[in-house]
Amino acid sequence: MTALVQHVASGVASGGIYGSLALAIVLIYRATGVINLAQGELATLSAFGCWTLVDHGWAFWPAFGATLALSFGGGVALHALLLQPLRNSPLLRSVLVTAGLALAVNGLDTWIWGGASRSFHGPFSASAVTAGGVALSKQDLGVAGVSLAAALVTGLLLVRTKLGLGLRAVVSPVEARFAGVRVGALAAVGWGLAAALGAVAGMLAAPSLQLDPNMMQRVLLYAFAAAALGGLLSPVGAVVGGIVLGVFLDLAGAYVHRIGGELRPATALAVLAGVLLLRPNGLLGGTAPERA
Amino acid sequence: MRFKASVFGLAAVLLVAAPVALSQFRTEQLTEVGVTFIAILGLDVLVGHAGQISLGHGAFMAVGGYTTAILMADHGVRDLWTIPVAAAVAGAVGLVAGVTAVRLSGFSLALVTFGLAVAFPALVLRFDHFTGGAAGIELAGKPAQTGHGAGVVVLGRHLSNGDWGYGLTWTVAVACFLLVRWLLSSRFGRALRAVRDDERAAATSGISRAVAKVGALGVSAALAGTAGSLLAIDTAQVGPGTFSAELSLYLLAGAVVGFFCSVRGAIVGALLLQFLPDLARLLPHVGSREAGPATFVLGLAVVLVTLLLPPALRAGTAFARRAEARTE
Repeated sequence: MTALVQHVASGVASGGIYGSLALAIVLIYRATGVINLAQGELATLSAFGCWTLVDHGWAFWPAFGATLALSFGGGVALHALLLQPLRNSPLLRSVLVTAGLALAVNGLDTWIWGGASRSFHGPFSASAVTAGGVALSKQDLGVAGVSLAAALVTGLLLVRTKLGLGLRAVVSPVEARFAGVRVGALAAVGWGLAAALGAVAGMLAAPSLQLDPNMMQRVLLYAFAAAALGGLLSPVGAVVGGIVLGVFLDLAGAYVHRIGGELRPATALAVLAGVLLLRPNGLLGGTAPERA
Repeated sequence: MRFKASVFGLAAVLLVAAPVALSQFRTEQLTEVGVTFIAILGLDVLVGHAGQISLGHGAFMAVGGYTTAILMADHGVRDLWTIPVAAAVAGAVGLVAGVTAVRLSGFSLALVTFGLAVAFPALVLRFDHFTGGAAGIELAGKPAQTGHGAGVVVLGRHLSNGDWGYGLTWTVAVACFLLVRWLLSSRFGRALRAVRDDERAAATSGISRAVAKVGALGVSAALAGTAGSLLAIDTAQVGPGTFSAELSLYLLAGAVVGFFCSVRGAIVGALLLQFLPDLARLLPHVGSREAGPATFVLGLAVVLVTLLLPPALRAGTAFARRAEARTE
C-alpha cells in the first residue's frame, strides 16, 4: 500500500511535467494550428539558461523567474520571426519550420554547453516527508506542486481574463477576426505562454533527468501522448492527460515487470496510437471544433 | 528535354567515375550519400506530395536494417535477397503507423512517427536476444555476405568491398529514383497531390483520403527500409548507434533543404547531410568536427528554406502550373 502511494506520487510528479509541456503544445495548436515540434528543445534551452544563471551565482527561484520571463519573450519573438511570415501559407510549412527550429536549438545547445550531461541542482531536496506512515520525496511533491500551480495559473488566465477569452477565441481564427479579436497578437502571446510553460517543464525535469541537449526527447513523446489523451485542443485535457499518463507509466513500470524502464517510451507510443485510433477526440470526449 | 537528358547523362558519368577517381574513404562517404538519398526520396513522396510529416524515417530505416541483419545472421539468407524483404517489413510498419494517424486530420502522423523514432532504440535494447542489444549484430565474414567480406568479382573484375557497396547502393538508388518518378506521375501520385491540396475536392472526385495517406506512408517507409537494409549491408553491422533517434529529424531536414521536398532535390539534401559537418568546420571558432555547429546550421537552413523559398519553387507547383496552362 505504501509503495503504491509512493508510485502514484512520483507518477503525479512526472505527470505534472508531461502535463505542463502538453499544455504548451495545446496552447500553440489552438493559437496557430501548428504542432510545435520544437517544444521539447525550447524547454531544454530554457533549462540550460536557468542552469547558467545558477552557475553565475543566482539563487534558484530568481533564476527560475528570470528564465520564465526570457522564455516568454523568446516565444513571442519566435512567433514574430518564424510563424507570422507564414500565416497565409499551408500549415505544413509552419510545422516544418518548427522541425528546423528543433534541430537548430539542439545544435545551439550542443555548441554552447557541449553534449555531455551535467547535473542540475533543483530547489527541492531528495529527502522524504512522512505523512500518515507514507514517506514521500520532497522532490516529487515540489515538482507536482509547481507544475500544477503553473497549469492552474494558465487555466485562470484562460478562463478569467479578457486576454484568455481572446486566446480561447483564436481557435476559430476567421470568426475571431470578425469579432474584432487581434488574432496575430494573441497567437504571439500563445507562443510566449507556451514557451514559459515549456520552461517550467524543462527546469522541473532537469534535476531528475540530468541536463543534456536531448534531455526532453522522451518527455516530448509523453507530452504528445498526454495532449492526445486530452484531444489535442483541450487545456484541461492536456493536464489531466499528463497526470493520468504519468501515474499509468509509473504503475505499469512498477507492477508489470515486462515493461520496466526500457519499454516506457514504447508504452507511451502505444497509448498515443491507441487514443488516436480509438478516441481521436481524447478521453474526455466531446467533439473538437475543426480548425480552419 | 535535351537539357534534362544531358543533366542525367552527366550524373551517370559522375556516378560511374567517382569510385575510380576518389579515395576509398570518399567512396564510402558517397555510398552513405546513396543510402541517405533513398531515404530522402521516401520523405519526398510523403512530405512533398502527400503533405504529411514523418519524424520516424530513422526508425523505418532501422526496421529495414535489423530485418536484413537478422535474416543474414540467424537465417543465412544471402544479403541481396534481404533487401526486398526489408523494404516490405518497413513498408508494413509504415502502413500500421499510417492507419493510426489518418482518423485525425492535421499532423497526427508526425506525433505517431516521432513516437516510433523515440521508442525504437529502447525496444532494440529491451529485446536484445533478437537484436543483439547494445553490441548490435556483426555481419562481416558471415556466409550470407556476398564475397564473405573479401571483395566481390563482378563481370570478371575484382571489386573491393567498398566499391561493391558503392555499386550496389547506387544501382538500387537509381532504380528507386526511377520508380518514384514513375509512381508520382501515375494515378497514385495525382491522388496524393489532390488530397494534399484540397481533401474535400479530392473526395468529391472519388479519391479516398485514407488510402492516399496510408499508401504514401507505406511507400515512403518501404524506401526508408531499403535504405536501412543497404546501410546494414554496406557497413556489415547494425547496432543502436547505426540508427539514432535524431536520424529521423536529420532526414526530414535533408528532404526540406533539397528544394522543399522535390524528388530532384533529394540528391542536394543527401550531399548536404553527409558533408555539412565538413562545411561547418569552415565557420569561425569552429575547430573540430563538432556535432553542434553542423546541426545548428542544418536547422537554420531548414528554417530559411521554408521561409524564403518562393512558392514557385515548391514541390508540386510545376504540376499545378501545367494544369493552369492547359485550362487557359
